[in-house]
Amino acid sequence: MKKLYLVGLAAALAFSVDSPARADGDQFIPILSYRTGPYAPNGIPYANGFVDYLELVNRRDGGVNGIKLAFEECETGYATDRGVECYERLKGKGPTGASFFNPLSTGITFALTEKAPADKIPLITFGYGRSESRDGSVFRWSFPLLGTYWTAADVIVQYIASQVGGVEALRGKKIVHLYLDSPYGKEPLPVLEAKAAKYGFSLTPMPVTAPGLEQKSQWLQIRQSKPDFVILWGYGVMDPTAMQEAAAVNFPRDRIIGNWWAGAEPDVAPAGEQGIGYKAVMLQHGAGRGKVHADVEKYVVTAGVSRSKPEEIGQVLYNRGLLNAMLGVEAIRTAQAKFGKRPLTGEEVRWGIENLKLDESRIAALGIEGMIRPFQISCADHQGAGLSRVQQWDGKTWKVVSDWIQADESLLAPMVKAAAQKYGADKSIPAFDCTKAQ
Amino acid sequence: MIYSDEGQLKTTYAADMVIFPLAQDRTLFAILMLLAFVGIPALALAGIPPFHADYIFKAILTPFLILSLAALGLNILVGYCGQISLGAGAFMAVGAYAAFNFASRIPELPVLIAILLGGGVAAAVGVCFGVPSLRIKGLYLAVATLAAQFFFDWLFLRVRWFTQDSPSGSVSAPKLNVFGWHADSAVERYLLVLSIIVVLAALAKNLVRSDIGRQWMAVRDMDLAAEIIGIRPVRAKLTAFAVSSFIIGVAGALWAFVNLGSWEPSTFSIDRSLQILFMVIVGGLGSILGCFLGAAFVLLLPIMLDIVPGALGMPLSTDTVSNMTMFLFGALIVFFLVVEPHGLARLWVILKEKLKIWPFPY
Repeated sequence: MKKLYLVGLAAALAFSVDSPARADGDQFIPILSYRTGPYAPNGIPYANGFVDYLELVNRRDGGVNGIKLAFEECETGYATDRGVECYERLKGKGPTGASFFNPLSTGITFALTEKAPADKIPLITFGYGRSESRDGSVFRWSFPLLGTYWTAADVIVQYIASQVGGVEALRGKKIVHLYLDSPYGKEPLPVLEAKAAKYGFSLTPMPVTAPGLEQKSQWLQIRQSKPDFVILWGYGVMDPTAMQEAAAVNFPRDRIIGNWWAGAEPDVAPAGEQGIGYKAVMLQHGAGRGKVHADVEKYVVTAGVSRSKPEEIGQVLYNRGLLNAMLGVEAIRTAQAKFGKRPLTGEEVRWGIENLKLDESRIAALGIEGMIRPFQISCADHQGAGLSRVQQWDGKTWKVVSDWIQADESLLAPMVKAAAQKYGADKSIPAFDCTKAQ
Repeated sequence: MIYSDEGQLKTTYAADMVIFPLAQDRTLFAILMLLAFVGIPALALAGIPPFHADYIFKAILTPFLILSLAALGLNILVGYCGQISLGAGAFMAVGAYAAFNFASRIPELPVLIAILLGGGVAAAVGVCFGVPSLRIKGLYLAVATLAAQFFFDWLFLRVRWFTQDSPSGSVSAPKLNVFGWHADSAVERYLLVLSIIVVLAALAKNLVRSDIGRQWMAVRDMDLAAEIIGIRPVRAKLTAFAVSSFIIGVAGALWAFVNLGSWEPSTFSIDRSLQILFMVIVGGLGSILGCFLGAAFVLLLPIMLDIVPGALGMPLSTDTVSNMTMFLFGALIVFFLVVEPHGLARLWVILKEKLKIWPFPY
């Protein structure tokens, strides 16, 4: 019985003491990460990049305009229910509550999209989440910054068209969409279907059951039907497995195009030689180091507070985590210009994200030249940019092999509008008039 | 002395048949109910930590209650009727998706009715998947129910009618309105879930004490003997499947509607089935109280273990804590199963027996 009392005592202790945020500071930033579980190889560099940048801002600049950043990680294991628990745990931390959340999983994003508006906390989904949430008149609190899956799908088809000799040449071509059977993998389907109908290529969706280790039957089908291209929408262990299976049926790797979550080092490195030639679109940035990485080395790594492995700094997912943190910090900076140099509430930070603007000079000052293009967020457009490039794996590094490709807004914009309006009608959310946005 | 039944004489049959024969149990239960329905919401209103924040309601109490209900449903099947099932997650999914379809296709329907109808559909499906139990037993039945798990995973992923052509396959629940009352705040949602659970738990408790409950237990203990004394195994087994699936289905609908708000089929994967089975085993097979103890153990202990190092000011990284939690949790399960294989509910019974003769044990 003593054990039970001890457990009870521990429970009382755990629930009565609010655990302090990790660093001293005032502006609280929650971090939902997954350093364990099936997707840990992808989650670790992302979390490290995110944390390193926040540490950098605190150590190099003394915070944002003197307001220190406090942050705390919470392990989601990529599971929706744990993500929701983390959200509830962290949303009220710090003097003004959470600044913004990065759900970092499509499932958690969907769940938090329902909860965040009630708590007045913005969601930044950097290159993932609901594609229609870029319509800020309905999704006031969601910001799929710099790219959604619909954008990625559109760019992939455009790139394939450029490879076969123009959109006219797409007619009659066979494309397979090989995807992880989850909201993440299904999200691009409406755009791919619309594109197939528009350009007259045949699209075969092929779901792979999570986590994606079993793909034999799908690749057998691919060998039989001999498609011209395979679009790979996998995550984690599914991607290197796809490389190996492709090699086994002798499908050329350079005709497999992944999305930007299937285009990082952990997606190809485990496949070794078999991954060479594989291509993937980029969420603007790729691998590589800039001035900001030198600062991370100087202020964070040498101080011994970084958990990143030396080779990890500058990898695709590390950079994405870093940029994600940077965009959030810049949003806080933007909001401070309006609301004053003090810790801000989620509602104030939301204004900051919606009015976020990075021009050439700011991008250079941040030390991320060449990683992202100038962009501006607005009430009507919570995405800010629909640009992407294509990179190719050469066995050691990712090399950029295409020019910038702009997503086809004439196709996407009406689809986003329709989907957002349907969501607004289902949830009886009155559409916000963006002309009145301050 | 504390739990002594001395002087508590029963003079009527009704008095002999009450749920809690001991006056002490009745008082304890009344205090517990008072605390759950009045005390905790009052603490929240008064703003006394930890009840001042949404966290305790949204992330602790509500999920705990809902998973307790699911464990209760499974316990009826596994603990009372002896039919091993690995399909709890599937029946939760059926309840959730059925409730979702009722609520969104018939918008006039109050959500509470939709949730109960979801349970009804789960019951019907449960009976279908219970039919094999008439011929196969034990581990073989477990495999058959596992088939239900994979079948419904597949069905809700692939058949778009169930998700109403949602492009991503993820669906979101309608607003919770119960006969005009909007359960929006964390405390209101907690009270809604609590009320449903108290009603269903009372129902379950009375069922297992009734004629049908005794039939279930007879079938569990020895189905051949039960048949010989005149119990129809068809009726006993299928009613157990129906009642169990109904409760699990309601729990699934609540999990989707109240706890998550938006979900995808992987929410109700095989992991969920196993989690609920663990709750039943750790809590105690064939005990209503055990369902709640088991759910608390399986759901809350990992969260607590996760929070404790931070609360004590130990700067451990999240992955270390997460791995340590898994390790400790596994060790504790083994510990409890070695020390008390009949589950946490049995510990409570032992405690009561000790308290009965305390402080003069003989």
